[in-house]
Parts: sequence; structure tokens; C-alpha cells
Amino acid sequence: MLDKKGIAQRIAKEVKDGYYVNLGIGIPTLVANFVRDDIEVEFQSENGILGMGPFPTEDEVDADLINAGKQTITARPGASFFDSAMSFGMIRGQHVDLTILGAMEVAQDGNIANWKIPGKMVKGMGGAMDLVGSAQNIIVAMMHTNKAGKSKLLKSCTLPLTGVKCVTKIVTNLAVLDIVDGKFKLLERAPGVSVEEIKKATEGDLIVEGDIPEMVL
Amino acid sequence: MITKTVNNVTEALDGVEDGMTFMLGGFGLCGIPENSISELSKRNIKYITCISNNAGVDDFGLGLLLKKNQIKKMISSYVGENAEFERQMLSGELEVDLIPQGTLAERCRAAQNGIPAFFTPAGYGTEVAEGKEERDFDGKPHILEEAFKADFAFVKAWKGDKAGNLIFKGTARNFNAVMSGAAKITVAEVEELVEPGELDPNFIHIPGVFVQRIYQGDNYEKRIEQRTVRES
Repeated sequence: MLDKKGIAQRIAKEVKDGYYVNLGIGIPTLVANFVRDDIEVEFQSENGILGMGPFPTEDEVDADLINAGKQTITARPGASFFDSAMSFGMIRGQHVDLTILGAMEVAQDGNIANWKIPGKMVKGMGGAMDLVGSAQNIIVAMMHTNKAGKSKLLKSCTLPLTGVKCVTKIVTNLAVLDIVDGKFKLLERAPGVSVEEIKKATEGDLIVEGDIPEMVL
Repeated sequence: MITKTVNNVTEALDGVEDGMTFMLGGFGLCGIPENSISELSKRNIKYITCISNNAGVDDFGLGLLLKKNQIKKMISSYVGENAEFERQMLSGELEVDLIPQGTLAERCRAAQNGIPAFFTPAGYGTEVAEGKEERDFDGKPHILEEAFKADFAFVKAWKGDKAGNLIFKGTARNFNAVMSGAAKITVAEVEELVEPGELDPNFIHIPGVFVQRIYQGDNYEKRIEQRTVRES
């Protein structure tokens, strides 16, 4: 079974040379730490920077330079700043190659819910609806089950939706799955996790074809 | 040259009244119009509708106005950092319209640019789309979103000149640039106000035509929400 870092590490392998990537808050933010350093990748943060660098040293901290998670950051050589409309122009216009975000629920039809629990938690969707509404290549990073132990990979979402038919790949602490023909297709198992365990933790329909390899991190 | 300078924040907010709709720039606490917000708090302007990506934190930014119940309605995309906000929203004291961040930005830009409405895929199939016109383009569904209408836009820039030209710094540009000129009156506060000619016209982000009033703010706190550092 993977921890959050492990999920990020596995997702980093999906990041290809020449990609512009938008990372959501939480596990996705960690992906930047695991991207191979022999490829060229630029990270976009939707509050208005392309070419996001690592966290600053104490001396470099600048209140006018943050990411979408409101953390202080730095700008890499070749970075650019822009306003919020242009930032979402990049996203809506499909100039960003890969979007990685978290979710509360994903359904086998590719629907995703990650912004609201009616009556309990309403933080807002931020940029998530714009991202999932336009991006071609979306990977969801999340735990396979919620804190109560219930599956987050469902036949259909129960929470208010963020987007419809948009998720293509999911990486959890247990598995890597694609959404194929309205079902979850199991591609890889996390180290030490059996197919049975994954079946048990997946409420939606699961396609298991042949031997399922263990992930290579 | 057409001069946009006003002497101070008091003059800058002349004409502000209860019940108006305001746009406020900033993302989180980054680039918020600190001086204009303080003045709104001081004047105790009430029943305000605020168009702002976030709602500040409990004791800073728009949180100052929330605490005094000055805000009737918030139009935002993400409000996770403010406990008082969540309390007022869940209890029904505060009206809240949550909309996708890109749609929020584009509705500002549309207002700034004289576009009454536009189609976007963001929010299709979700509760955001309820009651909105839907239309397919190239086989993909979109929803119709309208330009905002606001009485004042309060923005903050790094540098500005007396002609109202603005330059922003880093990620503090965010909504400040798209809200400039998107309301009937745009009030810009700047960290450094200079004479015309001192800013290189090649590097102006917002031309002065979008700004009605400009003043130099003071005592900028520029608070950081998530100070995150690495070992040097």
C-alpha cells in the first residue's frame, strides 16, 4: 500500500518531457518533488504563474509570490506571471498538457466530485470546474477509500459534481486505474496489495484482465 | 495628460454607499486592496455584495468586513480559509454564490471588455449550470455566463503613475488586472505612485483608461497565509 508520497511518486511517472502541468492542492502538489530531472517540465499555478519553482529559502520569501494553495514559492528562470483570465485561458484553451487533482469521489463514467458536502463543508470549487471542464488529460490522486473506510470509486457520485465524464486515470494508495467504456480498468497494484483487496475497496464495476502487475515506483 | 490622482483613501472612496456591489482584487491575501478595505470597514458600509475570489481570513482582508456583518452577499470561488465565513454561510446569514474561478475571472474580463456574455464548458452538468442556457459547440456542451455589473472595483498594484497606468508584481496581478475597468468606477491603490513618464510604456499591465482614481496606499501588511520555506 502507498502513502500520499507514494501516490505522488507514481503519478510523477505520467509526467512527460515538454509537458506544462497544473497541480492541484494536497497530494498533487507533492508530484513536483518526484519528476525526473532529465526532462523539461513547467508547472502552472492557476493564480498566475507558469514556471513555478521550489519553496523559497527564508531570505527569498515574497508575499507577492504564492501558488494556488497560498504557499510561498519561487519562480524558475523562464517563468512568467499573468492575470487570472489569461491563466484560465491557458487551461480552457487546452494549452496545459496535464492536470492532476484530488477528489472526494470518482464515478466509473468519469464524473468527479470534490468541492462540497451539502450541509457540512462548503469551501468552493476554486479552479477545479474549469480544469476538469476543459483538460484532455486528467489524473485523479486520492486515497482509495474515505476515512470511514468506504470506497471513493463509485458506480455514480453521491456528492455534488465538479465535472462530468472527464476523469481518465486514477492513482490511489492501492492501484492505478483507467476509465474505459464506463468502467474502472485495473492497470497496476500498489506494492503488497492483492487484486482481491482492490476489488473489495472498489464499489464501481472493475475490469480485471489477466495478471495485474505491481507498480514500479 | 489626464490625471487620475486623488489625495487619499477618503477621496478615493467618495460615493461609496450601502447596498452597492464591489469587485475586490487579490488571490487569498496576495494583492488585496488593503487600504480600501480598511476604509470600507471604518465607514461601516453595509449590505454590500462583494465579488472577490476569496473572503480573506478571520482577522484580515474581507474577513474584517464579514466580522462586522457588512457583507450581504459574496460571489467567490473558494472560501476555505475563513471560519466566520463558513459559519455565516451555513447559518444562512450570508448569501453566497460560489462560481468556478475561471468563470469568475472571465466574467470580470467580459465586463472590462464590453462582452455581455460568453459560453464556457466549466460547470456543465453541475449545480453551477442550473437555470443557465446550454449550447453545444463542436459537440461539446457549454453554459452561458454573463458579465458582472459592479459599482466600484477596488484593485491594488505595485506601481502606478498619475495617469492611472498600473504595473503589478508577481502573482499579485491575479484578479486586480481583470477587475480594472470592470466596474463603473475603478479605484486603484498602489505601493508606489510616480510621475507620468517614470514608468516605461512598454511594461504597463493596465493602461490608465481603465482606472478612474489612483492613490498611494500606506502601511501595507502583505500578510502571508502559508509561509512555506526550504532549507537554504
